[in-house]
Amino acid sequence: MSRNAQNDHLTRLEQTSIHIFREAFANFRSVCMPWSMGKDSNVLIWLARKAFCGKIPFPLLHIDTTYEFPEMYEFREKAKEIHGIDLIVRINEDAIRRGIGYATHDPVTVTHELKTVPLKAAIDEFKWDALVTGIRRDEDPTRAKERWFSPRSAEGVWDYKDQPPEFWGQFASTAPEGGHVRVQPLLEWTELDIWEYIRRENIPNPTLYFARNGKRFRSLGCHPITHPVDSPASNIDEVIAELKLTRVSERAGRAQDHVGRNSMQALRAKGFM
Amino acid sequence: MSQTSNISSVQKSAQPDIEDMRKMHVVVVGHVDHGKSTFVGRLLHDTDSLPNGKLDQVRKNCAAEGMEFEYAFLLDALLEEQEQNITIDTTRIFFRTTKRAYAIIDAPGHKEFLKNMVTGAASASAALLLIDANEGVMDQSRRHAFLLSLLGVKQLVVLVNKMDLIKHDQSTYEKIKVEYTAFLKSLGLTAVHFIPIAAKHGENVVQRSDKMSWWKGPTVAEALDNFKHEDDLTGLPLRMPVSDIYRFDHRRIIAGRVEAGAIRPGDELIFQPGGRRSTVRTFEDWPGPSREVAGTGDSANFSLSEQIFVERGQVAAHPNQQPRVGREFRARIFWLGKEPLQQNKTYRLRLLTQNVEAVIAKIEKITDASTLESIEATTVPRDTICEVIVRATRPIAFDLHSECAITGRFAIEDKGRINGGGIILDSISEKTSGEGKVTAAERTARAGHSPAVIWFTGLSGSGKSTIAELVERRLFDAGKKVFRVDGDDLRTALNRDLGFSSADRAESVRRASAVAGLFANAGHISLVTLIAPLAADRAKARAALANHAFIEVFVDAPLEVCESRDVKGLYAKARRGEIPEFTGISSPYEAPEAPEVHIRTDKLSTTQAVELVINALDKILESKAEDWEV
Repeated sequence: MSRNAQNDHLTRLEQTSIHIFREAFANFRSVCMPWSMGKDSNVLIWLARKAFCGKIPFPLLHIDTTYEFPEMYEFREKAKEIHGIDLIVRINEDAIRRGIGYATHDPVTVTHELKTVPLKAAIDEFKWDALVTGIRRDEDPTRAKERWFSPRSAEGVWDYKDQPPEFWGQFASTAPEGGHVRVQPLLEWTELDIWEYIRRENIPNPTLYFARNGKRFRSLGCHPITHPVDSPASNIDEVIAELKLTRVSERAGRAQDHVGRNSMQALRAKGFM
Repeated sequence: MSQTSNISSVQKSAQPDIEDMRKMHVVVVGHVDHGKSTFVGRLLHDTDSLPNGKLDQVRKNCAAEGMEFEYAFLLDALLEEQEQNITIDTTRIFFRTTKRAYAIIDAPGHKEFLKNMVTGAASASAALLLIDANEGVMDQSRRHAFLLSLLGVKQLVVLVNKMDLIKHDQSTYEKIKVEYTAFLKSLGLTAVHFIPIAAKHGENVVQRSDKMSWWKGPTVAEALDNFKHEDDLTGLPLRMPVSDIYRFDHRRIIAGRVEAGAIRPGDELIFQPGGRRSTVRTFEDWPGPSREVAGTGDSANFSLSEQIFVERGQVAAHPNQQPRVGREFRARIFWLGKEPLQQNKTYRLRLLTQNVEAVIAKIEKITDASTLESIEATTVPRDTICEVIVRATRPIAFDLHSECAITGRFAIEDKGRINGGGIILDSISEKTSGEGKVTAAERTARAGHSPAVIWFTGLSGSGKSTIAELVERRLFDAGKKVFRVDGDDLRTALNRDLGFSSADRAESVRRASAVAGLFANAGHISLVTLIAPLAADRAKARAALANHAFIEVFVDAPLEVCESRDVKGLYAKARRGEIPEFTGISSPYEAPEAPEVHIRTDKLSTTQAVELVINALDKILESKAEDWEV
């Protein structure tokens, strides 16, 4: 075992992420990790288990929009068992009663109502002061500006105009009054890094990422607004080979990002991941 | 690495096979209008890193508006897209060569430039600094180099830009090189190269210029590929700040990132401050097998052979190569706070995982980052660099920045926000001489904490001594001055003449409080363990010690529990009538009504009890620390 942060790119990313997990756990009173069951989220679980010697010492949260692919629910139950996850599931029942859904509403509204609102309610209910998220700088231009530790106000708002400085391994370790801090251990990873790490560590993932009938999902969200991309990549080696060549963006199949010019920015400022 | 054999590895095809996956972070700086944007735009273009169609789109836009196309517009167009109307903040522009991937750190903005640059450049491995050949070295050329030296960016390449404007004249280039080399030298910096370029025309950026045949050095792209990642610090003395101690199962695991050096099982480690030693038993990796060595940058987790007290913030080192331990040092700091930095004000000092209160004892001078001239001041405005004396309220482990950069720098926090940072220039040994009689404040300053008296009261056998001993150990290991004044010890010496009558008991409490007071006067935290059954006697003791922090700890165990323990066989004797006026049996115990700490020993573990006492002490010492400035 000669892999270490000095000589191996993936190990370096891994070891840095583990450090971020540990700093978060040491600094905050109550930590939670939202879990989308997607590839980045599953890498986070793996890293958390490495950080805490096998067992994740805080709960995971699944915000169930009720629009997940059926396979994702199966995967959820399987992964819960494999990793020994303490899982909290929340659904915005009220919004569903009010008839909010993709058949009648635009993706930005639905995403806000079915994801951001119940997330905020869960934060208020459990009084978490830190949320570990799987966002990466390479995913989206607004995420390129993110910090490892990113404070959010009590209303969940991201004040991107006045972010705290972050240097020499010193992070914003105090949550604003009534707010929380987003901890983002995957910030420096790329989509390719994620897949190469999944392959190296053999991390369980939904098979929706692999091609069936010439199409596969590169990014997973609610089924009405998540579209597969044309791809013959039916296993992990082929996915990695494909990513090395592509110039199409990862979230191209995620409709809520592309409604308006600034839709991702608008969603994120209001508390979306 | 001979320069003549250097062939640019820059990508021309859509997808290179990347040789080195680690992204190299490079910050680009320079005086305003010296060509930063044009250079970055040209670099992206010449490395074929632009999104499909971007160049054509920008050319078209220019034509439509009747403007001459400039490469700077490319960058602007990209940034505009990235910004999505967001106010400017540090961002990253990605590109790659066949050798590796790069992130250009763009820290734009004149407002908040320092904050942006600190956040961006502190994570950069290298810097490119542009100087306009026509204008020469300007104010910001010097200012930015000063910041680079402060942030520890050591690999620097200077780009002498706009060579086309001076007819590619070598002597002008040489003049700039000589002048700027001297300035860099005064900062302790050396540029790897001074590359003459004309960014606008792509000369010596990726393609070699045929108009400067006198230049035999590398192009910018070649120079980039020759930058090294941060130095491998594995060969340096071990520094591993403790992040946490995990007790999720039967194991007790020390977790921390190795910032320099390496750890192996069997290594003897010393934890500073505190100075306790133990040996690494084994790494505790999941999913296993556990690694055999943790090198620089690795997040380690290991168990120790001998259990010792370790806490977050301590730095693990090898005993023959320890960090310094002290409270006072001279530092050069940059201040980013909206409110000015103030002399004599208390801030939080964060050095790796250490987080302590610290006073800016003196602002020695403010340095003009361009001229390096000094000005005297007692407050420091935002975006300013100065030299200060920092005095922490308790000892910390550190190195000088010149010895080990990573343990020689720190952040300053005010009201929960990081507002500055600095590098440690010199350590200042504790003050050894003064004038007049030695004051309590001087003793406190030397101890690194205020004195205090912690009085453990409770029935015989309730666990007073057990808890007090553990508290003493914790405090002692944390570098505190601490001493236990034990009732049983007093009885065999100082109180030999006293019996158990209520008058004698009152006298025994008075003497114990006097002894505890003397130790506190000497700067110690005195831990008194004495039954002191009567509320009136305890009230007198508290009053006598009014000038010290006082914590009453009620060690509360039911009589049956104490009697069943009966460690010294006293209850049995008392029941047989051999000890008259035994508290709880034949003499009353008046339980305290409002003790600072109430420990139900039948409900709490000793560890929890110790924690309660330590917390109460920390709270009271923290409130005291604010007013003991010498």
